[in-house]
Amino acid sequence: MGTTTAIRTKTYVGERIRRKEDPRLITGTATYVDDIQMPGMHHASIVRSPHAAARIKGIDAKRALETPGVVAVFTGADVKEVGPVPCGASLPGLRVPQHSILARDRVYFVGHPVAVVVATDRYVARDAVDLVEVDYEPLPAVADPERALEPGAPAVHPEWPDNVAFTYHQEGGDVNKAFAGAEVVVKQRITSQRLIPTAMETRGVVADWRAGDKALTLYSSTQIPHLLRTLVAMMLGLAENRLRVVAPEVGGGFGSKLNVYAEEALMGFVAMRIGKPVKWIESRRENFAATIHGRGHVDYFELAANKDGTILGLKLKLIQDLGAYHQLLTPAIPTLSVLMIPGVYRFQNVFCDIVGVFTNCVPTDAYRGAGRPEATHGIERMVDILADELKIDAAEIRRKNFVRPDEFPFATATGLSYDSGNYAAPLDKALEIVDYNRLLEEQQQARKEGRLVGVGISTYGEICAFGPSPATPAGGWESGSVNIDPTGKVTVATGASPHGQGEETTFAQIAADELGIDIDDVVVVHGDTAIVSYGIGTFGSRATAVGGTAVYFALQELKKKIGTFGAMLLDSGDVSYRAGRCICNKTGKSVSLSEIAAASYRAMKLPPNTEPGLVSTCFWEPPNFTFPFGAHIAVTEIDRETGAVSVKRYVAVDDCGKIINPLLVDGQVHGGVVQGLGQALFEQAVYDETGQLVTGELMDYAVPKATMVPWIESSHTETPSPVNPLGVKGVGEAGTIGASPAIVNSVVDALSHLGVQHLDMPLTPERVWRTLQQHGGQA
Amino acid sequence: MKRKITLKINGKPRSDEVEPRLLLIHYLRDVLGLTGPHIGCETSLCGACTVSLDGKAVKSCALLAVQADGREVLTIEGLAANGQLHPVQQAFWDEHGLQCGFCTPGMIMASRQLLERNPNPTEAEIRHGIDGNLCRCTGYQHIVNAVKAAAAKAGA
Ligand code: FES
Ligand code: FES
Repeated sequence: MGTTTAIRTKTYVGERIRRKEDPRLITGTATYVDDIQMPGMHHASIVRSPHAAARIKGIDAKRALETPGVVAVFTGADVKEVGPVPCGASLPGLRVPQHSILARDRVYFVGHPVAVVVATDRYVARDAVDLVEVDYEPLPAVADPERALEPGAPAVHPEWPDNVAFTYHQEGGDVNKAFAGAEVVVKQRITSQRLIPTAMETRGVVADWRAGDKALTLYSSTQIPHLLRTLVAMMLGLAENRLRVVAPEVGGGFGSKLNVYAEEALMGFVAMRIGKPVKWIESRRENFAATIHGRGHVDYFELAANKDGTILGLKLKLIQDLGAYHQLLTPAIPTLSVLMIPGVYRFQNVFCDIVGVFTNCVPTDAYRGAGRPEATHGIERMVDILADELKIDAAEIRRKNFVRPDEFPFATATGLSYDSGNYAAPLDKALEIVDYNRLLEEQQQARKEGRLVGVGISTYGEICAFGPSPATPAGGWESGSVNIDPTGKVTVATGASPHGQGEETTFAQIAADELGIDIDDVVVVHGDTAIVSYGIGTFGSRATAVGGTAVYFALQELKKKIGTFGAMLLDSGDVSYRAGRCICNKTGKSVSLSEIAAASYRAMKLPPNTEPGLVSTCFWEPPNFTFPFGAHIAVTEIDRETGAVSVKRYVAVDDCGKIINPLLVDGQVHGGVVQGLGQALFEQAVYDETGQLVTGELMDYAVPKATMVPWIESSHTETPSPVNPLGVKGVGEAGTIGASPAIVNSVVDALSHLGVQHLDMPLTPERVWRTLQQHGGQA
Repeated sequence: MKRKITLKINGKPRSDEVEPRLLLIHYLRDVLGLTGPHIGCETSLCGACTVSLDGKAVKSCALLAVQADGREVLTIEGLAANGQLHPVQQAFWDEHGLQCGFCTPGMIMASRQLLERNPNPTEAEIRHGIDGNLCRCTGYQHIVNAVKAAAAKAGA
């Protein structure tokens, strides 16, 4: 019968439940932005700068406008009223360039939007882009952040000739004393190259303006529909309640859609001007040139220690390539690196300086891990370099320096409080899985045979579940609403806006367990500001730890109310709720959730001081971040003739707190590891010295393919977080954070007996081969 | 000058006047409303647009609609028959072979062809068979599992 809500005693949390979102995705019936069609819909295509730096002397759109089907061309002069692209991060003394949605008199990077062509047809719009004549006067450009800091380097923004956007200092403990008393100091320059996030779905926007209602609807491939709504409304001068933002199916983000982009406001502007719906879909080339990049660090590390391997202190000078502008969080990202620079280790003396540098490149911003992979890569490389210097085993030196299980909550030198942990547990498990001692013997044997085999360990810690609001740029809480229909069916609305992570399933697991009902009776909705009152979004591995907790507390509220109605219906003062029924503890009589729901809406009779209906909303503010951790081990072998690295084994033991759905957690680990491995071995955004983007297409940028990645042996330890009642921490970024140092440590280990101390990513065959030549290790 | 094409789409005959330069993927998506195949690059590098043409998996961004004249196209929408998921679709669901789902229609079409040619592939053969399809979410492992599971079911 359609109206009964099935009850269930078995729990879902902790089970490998296949996803509720999949049927639409595997049948090709999901709706991504580019799948949206509207009557009268126009198409926009964007004219972008081919130069890294140039003055715009004039724009002639005459020929474009004469093309049949073209209805409008807008340039920087037309959009003066639209507010700037927002930067949500604030740092003392931060220089914020004026960032208008279309270039005014200058362009600052290849791909900078200059004009938009609007036509009745996609092809016509693209053709007409080539007919817009822009008269550029090219200017000197600088693409390398260290070069940008040299005296006499071209100024990205003429008003700031030193190219410095900000400096930032953070220290804890007494680093001078630590270094003065140290028996050994190791130093290394370590880079984390620029990366292109490459979500398989590029960005896209459909804007629909209803003049009669003065209401705009934006469909955008975004991770943050609500923040986008607030900020685009401000940019367009619209009342926020006249703007609805929908994040339909989103084809991956990885941080690149945790942003507010020029094109999102621009499409709103265009729709309002032409009075018709308009669609813009980013091409892959545009995606590479004009969607944020990640990483872009040059880091100078110094690590002080005693001869027994005890780490005493760390110094870091961090140069962050910001690109030409600040996008939403650009300047904040390197501050996360500094926060997490102690990793999983106990040392209490830290001294860090960041220089944020403008370059004539597309802005950097949050890309999977956002600041933490850089930090982890740095500290995990440095620990290996120290171990090598002191001839201490890489596992042993880590164990010696781990924060001990009884030291939690642990106060770091950078001001964080690590919630819980047992750092040796995943390391021990990983060592056991690879059979570490035997592996080291095999490595010795391989060396004797002239083969280059390496074993690399990384023990990472990360910060997740962003986060307490005072520590975030835009509020760090999340909203969860639970709505039980008169028939007893349950709808969960979350402000987290998942885009592939599977929260339609995990949140349904939580709700089904709490209410003791079948998971098929729960629907999870998200991603539409007209359905979810407000929310923050999915990023920083926060959706379950913060958004799931909000849902959990909304459910607790609701369960109280269910109990109140149940008590009334059973005419009992002593009831309990089990398996979808309210039961009188004295008589054993019970009423089902459906009956309670019907009674609550029908409201023939209400319990004292109780409103009709079963709806509850919670905005949950987390008291702290969460701190997942883990140990990854990579075994690699290098082909002496080609320098190619092959990953023989990859073991990942991750502790992300309590696991709600192991199947989905494994998926997150696999995807994360492969992105970290992509950085370690293959990927790099390359700008030449004139600021041309050399890796402008998938042909030139090596996104890992199925044949390029190893089998990942994934397992877990489970240390619950005390920060939330679910005990969860977060897992979206863990794999990425753990992977790059494991791989690089492994490759360096394979070459260490030749005198190699460090290699910068990506470890392409060419780079490894050249290193072999330099160190006499050629075939 | 528009040209007339006549073809079979997911088993049904169809005829349209199309611009000679219209890409097959745009014909499927924009003209026919078959938005299952996706566009991830338009340069035949990502595989998101993979469909089957006369039984062969092809990247529909690398073909013109007029090249499909007189031929048979199968898209992800035509894969499930009589309300029954195709075994490869079912296996992707069971094995969590997708996250954001954007690569999935193309990945399923490529996997289907792989299994037609090699009903019992090794892990390496599976990886090779889907090498023309990029996935940024899954790290491919659950996709490999899905293809294995579909093969095992067909063999059982
Ligand atoms: S869209 Fe056809 S291969 Fe990428
Ligand atoms: S599932 Fe997202 S790209 Fe494959």
